[in-house]
Amino acid sequence: MPLRVRPTSPHAQIYRWQIGNTLSILHRVTGAALAVGLLALSYWLVSLAGGPDSYISAARFFASPIGLAIVLGWTFAFLYHLLNGVRHLFWDAGRGFERTQRHASGWIAVLGAVALTVCVAVWVWPRLA
Amino acid sequence: MTLRSPLSRVLGLGSAKDGTTHWWAQRVTAVALIPLTLWFLFSLLTLPGLDYETVRTWLSVPISGFLAVLLVAVLTYHSYLGTMVIVEDYVTSSGMKVLTLMALLFLYILAGGAGIFAILRVVFGFSRL
Repeated sequence: MPLRVRPTSPHAQIYRWQIGNTLSILHRVTGAALAVGLLALSYWLVSLAGGPDSYISAARFFASPIGLAIVLGWTFAFLYHLLNGVRHLFWDAGRGFERTQRHASGWIAVLGAVALTVCVAVWVWPRLA
Repeated sequence: MTLRSPLSRVLGLGSAKDGTTHWWAQRVTAVALIPLTLWFLFSLLTLPGLDYETVRTWLSVPISGFLAVLLVAVLTYHSYLGTMVIVEDYVTSSGMKVLTLMALLFLYILAGGAGIFAILRVVFGFSRL
């Protein structure tokens, strides 16, 4: 056992928030949200297999105002996690490490996810009967 | 000639012999999920509606059912790998960590298994339970 509590890094209260660590944490947060989304996907599939009655009760939840807000949140979480995930894959390939590239790809991931979420919402909205 | 100390040999500590397994599996599933998730999103967005009959008809087509099974399977694995790291990072007591990781594995097998079983029921039209 250590004799004293050793410092941890990055110290959340001291570390200066910047695009790098913010997007890194957002990647984890959206991943955790999508894990819950996987449970919802599974529930939706089970309700479909259960027949019209169970499907309708599941669909009623997802189409409720709260349900729609959650699904919209999952849409953003998915799109951000996808775009930032591709960013990570480029890093894994040893590319895009320059400061300007990191910042540019970070903004592309965030703004791209927001723009695509808006596109999905605009596409779905008139179809909500 | 080995550089390991006798104490280290006795304790049996050292490499767990699975080096990059987790990291690599996370990347392979990430790459596989790019087409799978986009296929799923575009399919749902372009269906004439999300009512019971339409969704059931779409998922009953063998290629849809097959891709949906792959999606749920790969998604479950990828999500499990991700949440596993979150638990390992934030759950500090080793007893709680083991219990949480075990609960997590059970939950993922349950969610993934239920989702895949539901898809198979839709595709093969098992009788209603």
